[in-house]
Amino acid sequence: MGIFSVSFVFMKKPIVSISNLSKTYASGFVALKGVNLDIAEGEILALLGPNGAGKTTLISIICGIVNASSGQVLVNGQDNVKNFRSARALIGLVPQELTLGAFDTVWNTLNFSRGLFGKKPDPAYLEQLLKDLSLWDKKDSLLLTLSGGMKRRVLIAKALSHEPTILFLDEPTAGVDVELRKEMWALINRLRKSGVTIILTTHYIEEAEGIADRVGIINNGELLVVEDKLALMHKLGKRQLKIDIEKTISKIPESLSAWELTLFEDGQSLLYTYDPNRQQTGVAKLLRTIDSEGLLIKDVNTSQSSLEDIFIDMVNK
Amino acid sequence: MNIHAVRVIYKYEMLRAWHTLLQSFASPVISTVLYFVVFGAAIGSRIEQVDGVSYGAFIVPGLIMLALLTHSIANASFGIFFPRFTGTIYEILSAPISFVEILIGYVGAAATKSFIIGIIILATAGFFVPLEIAHPFWMLLFLILTCISFSLFGFIIGLWAEDFEKLQLVPLLVITPLVFLGGSFYTIDMLPPAWQTVTLFNPVVYLISGFRWSFFEVSDVSVWVSLSVVSGFLFICLVTVWWMFKTGYRLKH
Ligand SMILES: Nc1ncnc2c1ncn2[C@@H]1O[C@H](COP(=O)(O)OP(=O)(O)OP(=O)(O)O)[C@@H](O)[C@H]1O
Ligand SMILES: [Mg+2]
Repeated sequence: MGIFSVSFVFMKKPIVSISNLSKTYASGFVALKGVNLDIAEGEILALLGPNGAGKTTLISIICGIVNASSGQVLVNGQDNVKNFRSARALIGLVPQELTLGAFDTVWNTLNFSRGLFGKKPDPAYLEQLLKDLSLWDKKDSLLLTLSGGMKRRVLIAKALSHEPTILFLDEPTAGVDVELRKEMWALINRLRKSGVTIILTTHYIEEAEGIADRVGIINNGELLVVEDKLALMHKLGKRQLKIDIEKTISKIPESLSAWELTLFEDGQSLLYTYDPNRQQTGVAKLLRTIDSEGLLIKDVNTSQSSLEDIFIDMVNK
Repeated sequence: MNIHAVRVIYKYEMLRAWHTLLQSFASPVISTVLYFVVFGAAIGSRIEQVDGVSYGAFIVPGLIMLALLTHSIANASFGIFFPRFTGTIYEILSAPISFVEILIGYVGAAATKSFIIGIIILATAGFFVPLEIAHPFWMLLFLILTCISFSLFGFIIGLWAEDFEKLQLVPLLVITPLVFLGGSFYTIDMLPPAWQTVTLFNPVVYLISGFRWSFFEVSDVSVWVSLSVVSGFLFICLVTVWWMFKTGYRLKH
């Protein structure tokens, strides 16, 4: 797995620096196994991983909700346990579950969150925040009267109420309709432009592909890879070449065995999977050989594997 | 010091009582009035004076303590248990606040509410029996110490309890018997000698005795002993809470 240890990203100073972080729950379950991760200021990092991979555990430790078993987290250079005040003041967290009180109003719960993080009241800021999240008309509603999507937005508003510079979003778009999801992506982009560092977990690969700068893949408590999104796709992405031929064949000719082609069921297409980063992809020679076999090439097209393919590939290893 | 955090927690907890005004303040007053009617007026009229104090007046300090203890514990335990139960505690845990600030917010609010209840009951009692307070300073001191230490105790229960049943268990199985056997309605020397000894292990006895002394200058034990016991209890609660926060007990997995 040597390729995973090399990162091509030139890090600005890390805003969050995690070293050797491990977590064993009281039940004896090991949820994190020595995670190392630097998060650059101003980036959007997407954490992918199957259910139970340890994403929420990792976020909870950084935010001070769960105690680490060993290891260290530095937030803007401050140890998040020893200097918890300065570390936590920078962080906003949107939890995975819709955990909200029932009998508070939207407005009151926002003021509560802001005060909790040591900021003096600022009605103008909170008003703008609610407007940005299309919640202004709900400001006096009781939380229990809101729909799931509205609750999700209230949680985001609470996390932003104290103007954090680092925002953790634990599955922000779970159970959210397509339109709202688009709105959230737009919001995330706006926040990033204003300089906020964003760490989000998601099960939607297209989400990571669409908005993240870097992608981390977690499985069984291990961080398998953290990589610039494009570099990751470039490095791990397989390319496939599909060659349609005029003739119908039942067997791949001997002369083409070196390329380990797959023959489609209709006998009219061949598939070549290769690594586009290799010096010799063998594409040119393959095409010449097919031609000389007299198979008459009709069409060719290539496709790049998506983040999703890469993800499934890694997790199943 | 994160003043803003203390302010919002305190305000939130006080508002919670405001929303349930009837339950928070009216119910303790009503139940105390019932005690006065039954014990003070009906039974009390047939009981002679106790240590030179009319029975109706004699039971006032004990009744106030009874209300303070139950409400301090109920209020403070619920205040912290409920966010744990619903999960909204994540916000408190992730905020830049120290455990002292959390305590001031939650326990401070619970103690304030108890204090108000105590004052209301005291005023109500004044309608039924002529009351004189011999040592107002001591009276206030005991009142405040009790509100704080039992709110703290309730806070501990709220942190410890894993479900609603456990939340009710301690008040029901421990506190109510201790208070009823704590000399609210009698002096210790009215008990058979063996029970007198047993009673001395009940901390509530010292509390009520000291509190009653501040009214009538009659007590089962010296007021200094009472003060030491209450302060000792407060100290033990503080150490326990400190330990709970330090280790993240029941809070941080
Ligand atoms: N309090 C706890 N006690 C014991 N085990 C726990 C506790 N919390 C989480 N775990 C376990 O730790 C593992 C990681 O959980 P975590 O919530 O971090 O996963 P996740 O990656 O966020 O999953 P999901 O995508 O489902 O949210 C899981 O196997 C879970 O059962
Ligand atoms: Mg999770």
